[in-house]
Amino acid sequence: MSTVNPPVVFTQDELGWVSWIDPLPEAELTERHFAGLVDRARAKSEYFRLLVRDPEVLEARTKTDKDIFYNVADGLPRAERELAAAATSRYNGCIYCASVHARFASTYSKRREDVQRLLDEGVGADLGERWNAVVKASVALAETPIAFGPDNIAELRRAGLDDAEIVDVINGASFFNWANRLMLSLGEPSK
Amino acid sequence: MAPKDIIDTLAGIEPGSTLDAIRARRLQARENAQKSYLSLFEPIDAGDFSLAERAAVAAFVTGLHGESPVAAFYREKLAANADGAALIEPIQVEIARGKTSGPYGAFPAGPLSVENKAGLIYRVSAERKPQLGARLVAAFEHAHLLVFRPRDAASADMKALLAAGWSTTGIVTFSQLVAFLSFQVRVVSGLRTLAAASA
Repeated sequence: MSTVNPPVVFTQDELGWVSWIDPLPEAELTERHFAGLVDRARAKSEYFRLLVRDPEVLEARTKTDKDIFYNVADGLPRAERELAAAATSRYNGCIYCASVHARFASTYSKRREDVQRLLDEGVGADLGERWNAVVKASVALAETPIAFGPDNIAELRRAGLDDAEIVDVINGASFFNWANRLMLSLGEPSK
Repeated sequence: MAPKDIIDTLAGIEPGSTLDAIRARRLQARENAQKSYLSLFEPIDAGDFSLAERAAVAAFVTGLHGESPVAAFYREKLAANADGAALIEPIQVEIARGKTSGPYGAFPAGPLSVENKAGLIYRVSAERKPQLGARLVAAFEHAHLLVFRPRDAASADMKALLAAGWSTTGIVTFSQLVAFLSFQVRVVSGLRTLAAASA
Protein backbone atom coordinates (compact mmCIF):
# COMPACT_ATOMS: atom_id res chain seq x y z
CA MET A 1 0.00 0.00 0.00
CA SER A 2 3.04 2.27 0.35
CA THR A 3 3.02 2.78 -3.43
CA VAL A 4 -0.35 4.52 -3.49
CA ASN A 5 -0.11 8.14 -4.63
CA PRO A 6 -3.66 9.48 -4.40
CA PRO A 7 -4.67 12.33 -6.74
CA VAL A 8 -5.97 15.40 -4.88
CA VAL A 9 -7.72 17.08 -7.81
CA PHE A 10 -10.10 15.96 -10.57
CA THR A 11 -8.18 15.13 -13.73
CA GLN A 12 -8.59 13.63 -17.20
CA ASP A 13 -5.29 11.80 -16.77
CA GLU A 14 -5.25 8.01 -16.57
CA LEU A 15 -5.27 6.82 -12.97
CA GLY A 16 -4.71 3.47 -11.35
CA TRP A 17 -6.92 2.00 -8.64
CA VAL A 18 -5.81 -0.02 -5.62
CA SER A 19 -8.14 -2.30 -3.67
CA TRP A 20 -8.40 -2.11 0.14
CA ILE A 21 -9.52 -5.75 0.39
CA ASP A 22 -8.23 -8.83 -1.40
CA PRO A 23 -9.19 -9.36 -5.04
CA LEU A 24 -9.22 -12.96 -6.27
CA PRO A 25 -5.80 -14.00 -7.57
CA GLU A 26 -5.80 -14.43 -11.36
CA ALA A 27 -4.74 -18.06 -10.94
CA GLU A 28 -7.94 -18.84 -9.00
CA LEU A 29 -10.38 -17.62 -11.66
CA THR A 30 -12.71 -20.30 -13.05
CA GLU A 31 -15.07 -20.23 -16.03
CA ARG A 32 -17.81 -18.98 -13.69
CA HIS A 33 -15.59 -16.00 -12.87
CA PHE A 34 -14.72 -15.34 -16.51
CA ALA A 35 -18.46 -15.28 -17.31
CA GLY A 36 -18.79 -12.64 -14.58
CA LEU A 37 -15.95 -10.58 -15.99
CA VAL A 38 -17.67 -10.56 -19.44
CA ASP A 39 -14.39 -9.41 -21.08
CA ARG A 40 -11.56 -11.83 -20.24
CA ALA A 41 -9.06 -8.96 -20.34
CA ARG A 42 -10.69 -7.58 -17.20
CA ALA A 43 -8.91 -10.35 -15.28
CA LYS A 44 -5.91 -7.98 -15.32
CA SER A 45 -7.83 -5.35 -13.33
CA GLU A 46 -7.72 -5.42 -9.52
CA TYR A 47 -11.13 -3.76 -9.38
CA PHE A 48 -12.83 -6.40 -11.51
CA ARG A 49 -11.01 -9.27 -9.80
CA LEU A 50 -12.42 -7.94 -6.53
CA LEU A 51 -16.00 -7.57 -7.84
CA VAL A 52 -15.82 -11.02 -9.46
CA ARG A 53 -16.03 -12.50 -5.97
CA ASP A 54 -19.76 -12.27 -6.79
CA PRO A 55 -19.68 -13.21 -10.48
CA GLU A 56 -23.44 -13.19 -11.15
CA VAL A 57 -23.87 -9.66 -9.82
CA LEU A 58 -20.79 -8.44 -11.70
CA GLU A 59 -21.96 -9.95 -14.98
CA ALA A 60 -25.40 -8.35 -14.74
CA ARG A 61 -23.89 -5.02 -13.65
CA THR A 62 -21.39 -5.02 -16.52
CA LYS A 63 -24.03 -5.78 -19.15
CA THR A 64 -26.30 -3.06 -17.76
CA ASP A 65 -23.40 -0.61 -17.90
CA LYS A 66 -22.40 -1.49 -21.45
CA ASP A 67 -25.90 -1.11 -22.89
CA ILE A 68 -26.57 2.19 -21.12
CA PHE A 69 -23.34 3.71 -22.44
CA TYR A 70 -22.42 1.89 -25.64
CA ASN A 71 -25.77 1.21 -27.30
CA VAL A 72 -25.95 4.30 -29.47
CA ALA A 73 -28.34 2.79 -32.06
CA ASP A 74 -30.62 5.68 -31.11
CA GLY A 75 -31.12 8.10 -28.26
CA LEU A 76 -28.61 10.39 -26.62
CA PRO A 77 -25.16 10.78 -28.25
CA ARG A 78 -22.39 8.92 -26.43
CA ALA A 79 -20.67 12.20 -25.46
CA GLU A 80 -23.66 13.32 -23.43
CA ARG A 81 -24.07 9.97 -21.69
CA GLU A 82 -20.42 10.27 -20.67
CA LEU A 83 -21.09 13.85 -19.56
CA ALA A 84 -23.86 12.57 -17.27
CA ALA A 85 -21.42 9.99 -15.84
CA ALA A 86 -18.67 12.57 -15.36
CA ALA A 87 -21.01 15.14 -13.75
CA THR A 88 -22.42 12.53 -11.36
CA SER A 89 -18.90 11.45 -10.42
CA ARG A 90 -17.79 15.06 -9.95
CA TYR A 91 -20.73 15.75 -7.66
CA ASN A 92 -20.41 12.55 -5.61
CA GLY A 93 -16.67 13.05 -5.40
CA CYS A 94 -15.33 10.03 -7.29
CA ILE A 95 -12.03 11.24 -8.73
CA TYR A 96 -11.32 7.89 -10.43
CA CYS A 97 -14.72 7.55 -12.15
CA ALA A 98 -14.66 11.21 -13.16
CA SER A 99 -11.24 10.77 -14.79
CA VAL A 100 -12.39 7.88 -16.99
CA HIS A 101 -15.68 9.39 -18.06
CA ALA A 102 -14.36 12.92 -18.49
CA ARG A 103 -11.83 11.45 -20.93
CA PHE A 104 -14.62 9.67 -22.80
CA ALA A 105 -16.74 12.83 -22.83
CA SER A 106 -13.78 14.76 -24.29
CA THR A 107 -13.08 12.08 -26.91
CA TYR A 108 -16.67 11.88 -28.15
CA SER A 109 -17.56 15.58 -27.89
CA LYS A 110 -14.20 17.16 -28.91
CA ARG A 111 -14.91 19.70 -26.13
CA ARG A 112 -11.98 18.86 -23.86
CA GLU A 113 -11.77 22.40 -22.42
CA ASP A 114 -15.43 22.42 -21.43
CA VAL A 115 -15.08 18.99 -19.81
CA GLN A 116 -12.03 20.26 -17.92
CA ARG A 117 -14.07 23.23 -16.65
CA LEU A 118 -16.63 20.79 -15.26
CA LEU A 119 -13.79 19.09 -13.36
CA ASP A 120 -12.08 22.32 -12.26
CA GLU A 121 -15.08 24.52 -11.43
CA GLY A 122 -17.51 21.76 -10.47
CA VAL A 123 -21.08 21.10 -11.54
CA GLY A 124 -21.93 24.83 -11.60
CA ALA A 125 -19.65 25.47 -14.62
CA ASP A 126 -21.53 27.12 -17.51
CA LEU A 127 -21.22 24.68 -20.42
CA GLY A 128 -24.03 25.93 -22.66
CA GLU A 129 -27.77 25.22 -22.50
CA ARG A 130 -27.77 21.56 -23.53
CA TRP A 131 -24.84 20.42 -21.40
CA ASN A 132 -26.02 22.53 -18.46
CA ALA A 133 -29.38 20.74 -18.59
CA VAL A 134 -27.69 17.31 -18.62
CA VAL A 135 -25.35 18.25 -15.74
CA LYS A 136 -28.19 19.74 -13.68
CA ALA A 137 -30.37 16.67 -14.18
CA SER A 138 -27.46 14.41 -13.19
CA VAL A 139 -26.81 16.43 -10.03
CA ALA A 140 -30.50 16.40 -9.07
CA LEU A 141 -30.52 12.61 -9.47
CA ALA A 142 -27.36 12.24 -7.39
CA GLU A 143 -28.82 14.06 -4.40
CA THR A 144 -30.32 12.12 -1.52
CA PRO A 145 -33.25 12.58 -1.16
CA ILE A 146 -33.47 12.60 -4.96
CA ALA A 147 -34.11 16.14 -6.20
CA PHE A 148 -34.89 15.30 -9.84
CA GLY A 149 -38.24 16.79 -10.77
CA PRO A 150 -40.50 18.19 -13.51
CA ASP A 151 -38.26 21.27 -13.85
CA ASN A 152 -35.37 19.03 -14.91
CA ILE A 153 -37.55 17.34 -17.53
CA ALA A 154 -38.74 20.73 -18.84
CA GLU A 155 -35.17 21.99 -19.03
CA LEU A 156 -33.96 18.88 -20.89
CA ARG A 157 -36.85 19.23 -23.35
CA ARG A 158 -36.10 22.92 -23.92
CA ALA A 159 -32.52 21.90 -24.67
CA GLY A 160 -33.83 19.61 -27.43
CA LEU A 161 -33.89 16.18 -25.78
CA ASP A 162 -36.79 13.87 -26.55
CA ASP A 163 -38.14 11.36 -24.02
CA ALA A 164 -35.88 8.51 -25.19
CA GLU A 165 -32.85 10.77 -24.77
CA ILE A 166 -34.07 11.84 -21.33
CA VAL A 167 -34.27 8.16 -20.35
CA ASP A 168 -30.64 7.81 -21.45
CA VAL A 169 -29.71 10.69 -19.12
CA ILE A 170 -31.66 9.09 -16.26
CA ASN A 171 -30.02 5.70 -16.88
CA GLY A 172 -26.49 7.08 -17.30
CA ALA A 173 -26.64 9.34 -14.25
CA SER A 174 -28.34 6.69 -12.11
CA PHE A 175 -25.81 4.06 -13.11
CA PHE A 176 -22.98 6.24 -11.84
CA ASN A 177 -24.58 6.37 -8.43
CA TRP A 178 -23.92 2.63 -8.51
CA ALA A 179 -20.39 2.82 -9.94
CA ASN A 180 -19.20 5.74 -7.76
CA ARG A 181 -20.13 3.96 -4.54
CA LEU A 182 -18.10 0.87 -5.44
CA MET A 183 -15.03 2.75 -6.65
CA LEU A 184 -15.02 5.12 -3.68
CA SER A 185 -15.51 2.53 -0.97
CA LEU A 186 -13.57 -0.59 -1.96
CA GLY A 187 -10.26 1.05 -2.75
CA GLU A 188 -8.63 4.26 -3.90
CA PRO A 189 -7.17 5.89 -7.00
CA SER A 190 -3.45 6.23 -7.48
CA LYS A 191 -1.50 8.44 -9.90
CA MET B 1 -43.31 -7.73 -25.58
CA ALA B 2 -41.29 -8.37 -22.44
CA PRO B 3 -43.22 -9.04 -19.21
CA LYS B 4 -43.14 -6.38 -16.49
CA ASP B 5 -39.90 -6.35 -14.55
CA ILE B 6 -39.14 -4.97 -11.11
CA ILE B 7 -38.41 -1.44 -12.42
CA ASP B 8 -41.72 -1.41 -14.35
CA THR B 9 -43.53 -2.53 -11.21
CA LEU B 10 -41.88 0.05 -8.96
CA ALA B 11 -42.17 2.90 -11.51
CA GLY B 12 -45.74 2.02 -12.54
CA ILE B 13 -44.85 1.41 -16.21
CA GLU B 14 -47.57 -0.49 -18.09
CA PRO B 15 -46.99 -2.73 -21.12
CA GLY B 16 -47.64 -0.80 -24.33
CA SER B 17 -46.97 2.61 -22.74
CA THR B 18 -44.49 5.12 -24.19
CA LEU B 19 -41.94 4.40 -21.46
CA ASP B 20 -42.31 0.65 -22.00
CA ALA B 21 -41.42 1.22 -25.68
CA ILE B 22 -38.44 3.42 -24.75
CA ARG B 23 -37.15 0.85 -22.27
CA ALA B 24 -37.45 -1.83 -24.97
CA ARG B 25 -34.83 0.06 -27.00
CA ARG B 26 -32.29 -0.70 -24.23
CA LEU B 27 -33.19 -4.35 -23.91
CA GLN B 28 -29.81 -5.54 -22.61
CA ALA B 29 -29.84 -2.86 -19.90
CA ARG B 30 -33.44 -3.69 -19.04
CA GLU B 31 -32.75 -7.43 -18.78
CA ASN B 32 -29.57 -6.98 -16.79
CA ALA B 33 -30.99 -4.47 -14.33
CA GLN B 34 -33.49 -7.25 -13.64
CA LYS B 35 -30.74 -9.89 -13.42
CA SER B 36 -28.85 -7.62 -11.03
CA TYR B 37 -31.90 -7.46 -8.81
CA LEU B 38 -32.40 -11.23 -8.95
CA SER B 39 -28.75 -12.09 -8.33
CA LEU B 40 -28.76 -9.82 -5.26
CA PHE B 41 -32.10 -10.87 -3.79
CA GLU B 42 -32.44 -14.46 -5.07
CA PRO B 43 -28.76 -15.47 -5.19
CA ILE B 44 -27.36 -18.90 -5.97
CA ASP B 45 -25.43 -18.78 -2.70
CA ALA B 46 -26.36 -16.58 0.26
CA GLY B 47 -23.65 -18.03 2.52
CA ASP B 48 -21.69 -14.79 2.94
CA PHE B 49 -24.74 -12.49 3.19
CA SER B 50 -28.05 -14.01 4.27
CA LEU B 51 -31.38 -13.26 2.62
CA ALA B 52 -32.66 -11.70 5.85
CA GLU B 53 -29.60 -9.44 6.00
CA ARG B 54 -30.06 -8.46 2.36
CA ALA B 55 -33.69 -7.53 2.96
CA ALA B 56 -32.77 -5.63 6.15
CA VAL B 57 -30.06 -3.58 4.40
CA ALA B 58 -32.39 -2.91 1.46
CA ALA B 59 -35.18 -1.70 3.73
CA PHE B 60 -32.76 0.58 5.56
CA VAL B 61 -31.09 1.97 2.42
CA THR B 62 -34.27 2.64 0.46
CA GLY B 63 -35.92 4.09 3.58
CA LEU B 64 -33.04 6.55 3.94
CA HIS B 65 -33.98 7.89 0.48
CA GLY B 66 -37.44 8.81 1.78
CA GLU B 67 -40.79 7.06 1.70
CA SER B 68 -41.58 5.75 -1.80
CA PRO B 69 -42.99 2.68 -3.55
CA VAL B 70 -39.40 1.36 -3.59
CA ALA B 71 -39.02 1.72 0.19
CA ALA B 72 -42.41 0.05 0.71
CA PHE B 73 -41.42 -2.81 -1.59
CA TYR B 74 -38.24 -3.64 0.33
CA ARG B 75 -39.97 -3.21 3.69
CA GLU B 76 -42.51 -5.82 2.55
CA LYS B 77 -39.71 -8.10 1.40
CA LEU B 78 -38.21 -7.87 4.89
CA ALA B 79 -41.60 -8.49 6.51
CA ALA B 80 -41.99 -11.63 4.40
CA ASN B 81 -38.70 -13.06 5.71
CA ALA B 82 -39.09 -15.23 8.82
CA ASP B 83 -35.95 -13.74 10.39
CA GLY B 84 -36.68 -10.25 9.11
CA ALA B 85 -40.14 -9.31 10.35
CA ALA B 86 -38.92 -8.50 13.87
CA LEU B 87 -36.42 -6.03 12.38
CA ILE B 88 -39.03 -3.80 10.72
CA GLU B 89 -39.64 -1.63 13.75
CA PRO B 90 -36.03 -1.09 14.84
CA ILE B 91 -35.12 -0.33 11.21
CA GLN B 92 -37.89 2.27 10.94
CA VAL B 93 -36.50 3.95 14.06
CA GLU B 94 -32.95 3.86 12.67
CA ILE B 95 -34.11 5.29 9.31
CA ALA B 96 -35.65 8.24 11.16
CA ARG B 97 -32.40 8.75 13.09
CA GLY B 98 -30.26 8.49 9.95
CA LYS B 99 -32.21 10.70 7.55
CA THR B 100 -30.24 13.65 6.19
CA SER B 101 -29.25 15.20 2.84
CA GLY B 102 -26.31 14.15 0.71
CA PRO B 103 -23.86 13.85 -0.85
CA TYR B 104 -21.48 15.33 1.72
CA GLY B 105 -18.05 14.44 3.08
CA ALA B 106 -14.39 15.29 2.65
CA PHE B 107 -12.13 15.30 -0.40
CA PRO B 108 -8.45 14.29 -0.24
CA ALA B 109 -6.54 17.12 1.49
CA GLY B 110 -5.58 19.74 -1.09
CA PRO B 111 -7.28 22.21 -3.44
CA LEU B 112 -10.61 20.37 -3.16
CA SER B 113 -10.73 20.76 0.62
CA VAL B 114 -12.72 24.01 0.17
CA GLU B 115 -15.55 21.81 -1.11
CA ASN B 116 -15.61 19.64 2.03
CA LYS B 117 -19.07 19.48 3.52
CA ALA B 118 -19.70 18.30 7.06
CA GLY B 119 -22.70 16.17 7.96
CA LEU B 120 -24.08 13.41 10.11
CA ILE B 121 -21.73 10.55 10.96
CA TYR B 122 -24.43 7.99 11.65
CA ARG B 123 -24.03 5.33 14.30
CA VAL B 124 -26.70 2.80 15.31
CA SER B 125 -28.22 3.68 18.67
CA ALA B 126 -27.11 1.62 21.67
CA GLU B 127 -30.68 0.43 22.34
CA ARG B 128 -31.05 -1.11 18.86
CA LYS B 129 -27.67 -2.82 18.75
CA PRO B 130 -28.78 -6.05 20.50
CA GLN B 131 -31.79 -6.36 18.17
CA LEU B 132 -29.74 -5.89 15.01
CA GLY B 133 -26.59 -7.79 15.99
CA ALA B 134 -22.97 -6.89 15.28
CA ARG B 135 -23.03 -7.70 11.55
CA LEU B 136 -26.07 -5.55 10.77
CA VAL B 137 -24.88 -2.73 13.03
CA ALA B 138 -21.64 -2.54 11.03
CA ALA B 139 -23.56 -2.94 7.77
CA PHE B 140 -26.02 -0.12 8.56
CA GLU B 141 -23.26 2.28 9.59
CA HIS B 142 -21.36 1.56 6.37
CA ALA B 143 -24.54 1.66 4.25
CA HIS B 144 -25.32 5.12 5.63
CA LEU B 145 -21.83 6.25 4.60
CA LEU B 146 -22.36 4.80 1.11
CA VAL B 147 -25.72 6.49 0.72
CA PHE B 148 -24.84 9.97 1.99
CA ARG B 149 -21.06 10.44 2.08
CA PRO B 150 -19.38 7.89 -0.18
CA ARG B 151 -16.35 10.15 -0.66
CA ASP B 152 -15.57 9.74 3.06
CA ALA B 153 -14.93 6.00 2.61
CA ALA B 154 -11.54 4.80 3.87
CA SER B 155 -9.72 1.50 4.27
CA ALA B 156 -10.62 1.58 7.99
CA ASP B 157 -14.28 1.12 7.00
CA MET B 158 -13.40 -2.20 5.34
CA LYS B 159 -11.59 -3.26 8.51
CA ALA B 160 -14.67 -2.43 10.58
CA LEU B 161 -16.81 -4.73 8.42
CA LEU B 162 -14.23 -7.52 8.55
CA ALA B 163 -14.03 -7.13 12.34
CA ALA B 164 -17.82 -7.44 12.59
CA GLY B 165 -17.70 -10.83 10.89
CA TRP B 166 -18.13 -9.93 7.22
CA SER B 167 -16.07 -11.97 4.76
CA THR B 168 -14.33 -10.24 1.84
CA THR B 169 -16.85 -11.79 -0.57
CA GLY B 170 -19.69 -10.74 1.72
CA ILE B 171 -18.40 -7.15 1.66
CA VAL B 172 -18.36 -7.19 -2.15
CA THR B 173 -21.95 -8.40 -2.39
CA PHE B 174 -23.10 -6.06 0.37
CA SER B 175 -21.43 -3.08 -1.38
CA GLN B 176 -23.00 -4.11 -4.69
CA LEU B 177 -26.41 -4.33 -3.03
CA VAL B 178 -26.24 -0.82 -1.56
CA ALA B 179 -24.78 0.61 -4.78
CA PHE B 180 -27.35 -1.20 -6.95
CA LEU B 181 -30.21 0.17 -4.83
CA SER B 182 -28.73 3.67 -5.25
CA PHE B 183 -29.16 3.08 -9.00
CA GLN B 184 -32.56 1.41 -8.87
CA VAL B 185 -34.21 4.02 -6.65
CA ARG B 186 -33.00 6.76 -9.04
CA VAL B 187 -34.11 5.05 -12.24
CA VAL B 188 -37.53 4.47 -10.71
CA SER B 189 -37.79 8.06 -9.49
CA GLY B 190 -36.58 9.43 -12.84
CA LEU B 191 -38.98 7.32 -14.90
CA ARG B 192 -41.92 8.21 -12.61
CA THR B 193 -41.08 11.89 -12.98
CA LEU B 194 -40.87 11.58 -16.77
CA ALA B 195 -44.16 9.68 -16.96
CA ALA B 196 -45.88 12.34 -14.84
CA ALA B 197 -44.44 15.13 -17.03
CA SER B 198 -45.79 13.41 -20.14
CA ALA B 199 -49.29 12.74 -18.84
